[in-house]
Amino acid sequence: MSTETSLVPQAGSPPPNPWLWSAATAAALALWFVLYSQLVPVSNWVVSQMPLERGSRLEDAIRFFVYDTPKVLMLLTLVVFAMGVVRSFFSPERTRALLAGRREGVGNVAAAGLGIVTPFCSCSAVPLFIGFVSAGVPLGVTFSFLIAAPMVNEVALGLLFALLGWKVALTYLGFGLAVAILAGWVIGRLHLEGWLEEWVRDIRSGVVDLPVAKLSIVDRIQAGIDAVKDIVGKVWLWIVAGIAAGAFIHGYVPADLLSGIMGRDAWWSVPAAVLMGIPMYSNAAGIIPVVEALIGKGAALGTVLAFMMSVIALSLPEMIILRKVLSPRLIAVFVGVVGLGILAVGFLFNALFA
Amino acid sequence: MKDVKVLGPGCKRCRTTEDMVRAEAERLGVPVHVEKVTDYAAIAGYGIVATPGIVIDGKVVHAGGLPKAEDVAKWLST
Repeated sequence: MSTETSLVPQAGSPPPNPWLWSAATAAALALWFVLYSQLVPVSNWVVSQMPLERGSRLEDAIRFFVYDTPKVLMLLTLVVFAMGVVRSFFSPERTRALLAGRREGVGNVAAAGLGIVTPFCSCSAVPLFIGFVSAGVPLGVTFSFLIAAPMVNEVALGLLFALLGWKVALTYLGFGLAVAILAGWVIGRLHLEGWLEEWVRDIRSGVVDLPVAKLSIVDRIQAGIDAVKDIVGKVWLWIVAGIAAGAFIHGYVPADLLSGIMGRDAWWSVPAAVLMGIPMYSNAAGIIPVVEALIGKGAALGTVLAFMMSVIALSLPEMIILRKVLSPRLIAVFVGVVGLGILAVGFLFNALFA
Repeated sequence: MKDVKVLGPGCKRCRTTEDMVRAEAERLGVPVHVEKVTDYAAIAGYGIVATPGIVIDGKVVHAGGLPKAEDVAKWLST
């Protein structure tokens, strides 16, 4: 979508034309669909031009890489662009206003849902936490938001959709929301407000009256483009590396090797996957292509997804950041409750997707 | 002299925001005093939820994400 970047207006240029921008976006989307529909023949042709032995493992691995890399990057670009546009309708301040004083239950559901569409970056986790709690958002509701926001993100959904299909992506969305809602509700029921660090409880946050800028359609399209530049620019290398690793697994690892240790019959593999995921820190981008390849070799979907959720939602670096506002006991409860939720998701997935 | 505070715990975007404010102020010839606020309690006290935030003469003008250079120029010149 490099054609669009040249349209970004420089400071001082006349105001952008909304019709031109909408038309350019529509044209870019049409081009996207044409390119996407031609991926199979083009990648086949590229592989056929290489001096490879037909039917060899190397050819298999390279074919996987040549087809999957553009496919995944294109789908990811589309999903990230769409989410960027959607997110321009939300802000953390507005979300906080929507959640303040909300009852538990309804509040948990709303918080998890808003967690998906509210722009959120993990470096803002602490100010966001303080801002929510001090403005009267219940602790459990705040946790529902904080669990959903990183776990059900556009990169994870986009990649799952690209590599494993919309059914898996939707199920991940549903289960991710369920974990966030239930874990937040449980933490709220436990009444752990006293376990916050003391200085956090004393803060009375000021209520800010930010000037609400009326965004035009051009601003929203630009927000989508910015999201693509920001996110895809940051993760594309991870994805290519992940697909390369996936291609190797695809070509060289025997088909049933993993079914014994990561298959559906090995019940203990789900808790093992959750435990292994905690110290690992990766974004969804690097891990999902590997996930796809593992599944192709007999690993059970639930086990692999539990591993993925654990890597993303229970990361050590995020806990270290949250340690500034939460007591160690509260962090332990957080890890325990979310970990149990992910465990349940792993077993359910394995039961549902036979 | 405008009093500008950049609110943020010290992530990359916060530093970029500070650089932007300084660069725009210099370009416009507006005298500014830029101060970084990294203390979480102080940041929360301004009522913002996402960082980086910008406060000019005690008024919050921006919260969350990198601001646009043209917006920074607008805030500094009003």
